[in-house]
Amino acid sequence: MKITILRSETNTHQTYSLKNKETTLLNALTHIKATQDATLTFSAGCRASVCGTCAVRVNGKEQLSCAYKLKDGDVIEPLQYHPILRDLKVDKNKAKETLLKSTAWLQDFREASLTHKDEKLTETQTDCILCDSCYSACPVYAVNPDFLGPFALTRAYRYSTDKREGNTKAIIDNIQTNGVWDCTLCGECTAVCPKGIDPKMDITMLRGDSVTHGYSDPNFATQNFGTPDFGFDPNAGF
Amino acid sequence: MLDVLIIGSGGAGLTAALAAKEMSTVEGVGLGNASILVVGKAYPTNSQTSMAQGGINAALGNVEEDHISSHIADTIKSARGLCDEDMVRQMCADAPKTIQWLESIGVPFSRLDNGKAGVETIAQRQMGGASAKRACYAQDYTGLKILHTLYDTCLKEDIDFLDEHYLLNLITEKTSTDTIIKGATFLDIRTGEVKQINAKSVILATGGYGSLYHGYTTNAYGSTGDGVAAVLRAGGAVSDMEFIQFHPTALKHSSILISESARGEGGYLVNSEGERFVDELKPRDEVARAIFEQFQTDKEVFLDVRHLGEEKLMELLPQEVALCKLHEHVDPAIELIPIKPVAHYSMGGIDVDYALEVNGIKGCFAVGECSNAKVHGANRLGGNSLLEITAFGKFAGENAYKHAVYASNKEPDDTQLLHDKKEIETLYTKENSINFYEQREALGKLFYEKVGIVRDNKNLTKAMEEVIVMQVMAKKMGLSDKSPTNNTNLIEYLEFQNALLLAPTIISSAIARDESRGAHYKVGFEIQNDEKFKQHIVLQWKD
Repeated sequence: MKITILRSETNTHQTYSLKNKETTLLNALTHIKATQDATLTFSAGCRASVCGTCAVRVNGKEQLSCAYKLKDGDVIEPLQYHPILRDLKVDKNKAKETLLKSTAWLQDFREASLTHKDEKLTETQTDCILCDSCYSACPVYAVNPDFLGPFALTRAYRYSTDKREGNTKAIIDNIQTNGVWDCTLCGECTAVCPKGIDPKMDITMLRGDSVTHGYSDPNFATQNFGTPDFGFDPNAGF
Repeated sequence: MLDVLIIGSGGAGLTAALAAKEMSTVEGVGLGNASILVVGKAYPTNSQTSMAQGGINAALGNVEEDHISSHIADTIKSARGLCDEDMVRQMCADAPKTIQWLESIGVPFSRLDNGKAGVETIAQRQMGGASAKRACYAQDYTGLKILHTLYDTCLKEDIDFLDEHYLLNLITEKTSTDTIIKGATFLDIRTGEVKQINAKSVILATGGYGSLYHGYTTNAYGSTGDGVAAVLRAGGAVSDMEFIQFHPTALKHSSILISESARGEGGYLVNSEGERFVDELKPRDEVARAIFEQFQTDKEVFLDVRHLGEEKLMELLPQEVALCKLHEHVDPAIELIPIKPVAHYSMGGIDVDYALEVNGIKGCFAVGECSNAKVHGANRLGGNSLLEITAFGKFAGENAYKHAVYASNKEPDDTQLLHDKKEIETLYTKENSINFYEQREALGKLFYEKVGIVRDNKNLTKAMEEVIVMQVMAKKMGLSDKSPTNNTNLIEYLEFQNALLLAPTIISSAIARDESRGAHYKVGFEIQNDEKFKQHIVLQWKD
């Protein structure tokens, strides 16, 4: 079978030939690097879908290299909205800053009585491996590079609903700007998550919590309640 | 000059960073404003810690009666006389407060429905070699969830990170009596620049050397023993290198780990004839050998969890179910899972003292899988590695900070930097007529076959000869990729050089140990010989 990989040096797609047998993309990349082309550059770690290192795009859709079974004609490209360092290797630092900005951590610990049901509330959200697939799939980044984005907001949600969190308001306060209201709820993040996380739902929940904390949708406000054309104008008539 | 430089950004490194930071604010000890930096060759959450699945041991007694003394006794028993009992006592006694700390930073543990509060609600499961249900867990993602919570907490506490920097060498200064740490040199993977980072204290948290068994290990590609090799080069000591744990249940074709909790929750091991042949809850060394014996009689071995039912499997082992389906085309709810034992954990490593300070290098500490704190001895218990990285990670961070308070802040010169710059430069023009990737495969296979679960002196000697041949061949191994920046070919070359440096230490220790003890089992010497071998084999380079 043949696959093509976007090479950064030439900005062209290079074709590689492989034996026709079942293989993960990661095994194929490792094999190519070891036997055909040592300059091919990619990132990899655990081989078992848990270290979050090896996400790329295959035929335009985000996949973990270690969990994707290769097909003839597949086109492999790096994640979007990340500076490309070389070939499939990208710079994840900017994406990781969204965690800092959204203060996605336990703010004030208080002891709580937790149950099996409480565990289930954020079980899936805490499966996140920070592979950045959702960040790459999110169309908001095309217009707003400062968007907090799906994985940071899912993580903010995970802490905000933790019974041990004594200061949910701090998290809610920090996800208003470039945060929950900037999401278009398109669901692309949910579609690509290799761990079955649903950031779209988490963001929806955070919007509800934001309203509870006194925030409102700023888009809604400007669209429907623009500057009123009645009322007192201090300069009028004098 | 940094106060504390932490090399490695897995669970041990992150815990150490948080502890050092906290210690710096303790009145009477800390001077405040500590400069702490965590340097890693990848990103913090990429580390091996994410792969730990089953749990973290602490005698909380949430599910059934348990005592710290039982945890200590089980650990010592499994270590086969080769642990330091005081270190074991410290780790096990620290376990409950370690869990309390993890609870306080928000680790999403699995929970019981017992109406209680705090750590008393944490679910605990059975692991091999444990006398009670002692492993606290978060489904089968325990390591992942601890690691990510630690990372979130590091962001909260404003810990500084330097990603994609590969450790080259430790910088040391010699006095008439001591070798003293002064920092380390790194290759900035992105720019290709060799850099020097000066520090009063250094903590190595660089992980194990299981990847030496390339192709026959559950470990991530990056577990190449970089820190262990750096310590050897700097004149420090390593010990118990021959003790490598083989995990009984890795997937047959991909070597991907299936957690011990699968057996803890009631899974069986069966051979091709459908017979059970071993008590599945014995320690890993015994179970791995029992499986190996089945292979010797040409039988295959399978993990059978079908009787647990789909609902329970998805509840307790969701990750395992997905990995089996993806990599073996097997649905564990209705089919047998084909397995084999592969290299999983390095018990040996950097030799440290009671303060986790590296023997031979003052001010340099080591913690986690890279170190040999002598808590696992000849065989580690499941659930004790996550405990070690957190309980001792804290201890290492505190000790390193305290050392920094008293250490000299005289900056080192740039001798090591210039040396390493030249070394890297030379590599670009070095002969490259032998593909090191092929040798990496060959070394993994050689180790699995001749330095594996069951050893004998003839094969060990043969393995040593082949490694020496490989070291000679290394003169003809070089870089195929000449790019100065983002050169992963160069990083993999350097990692393989570390493997070639560590390989003889493992084999020579295994040859010297003419007995069988824990993970080291030698044909012809099947008995544990306490009189001669109840001691650590310590290796150190002399000038």
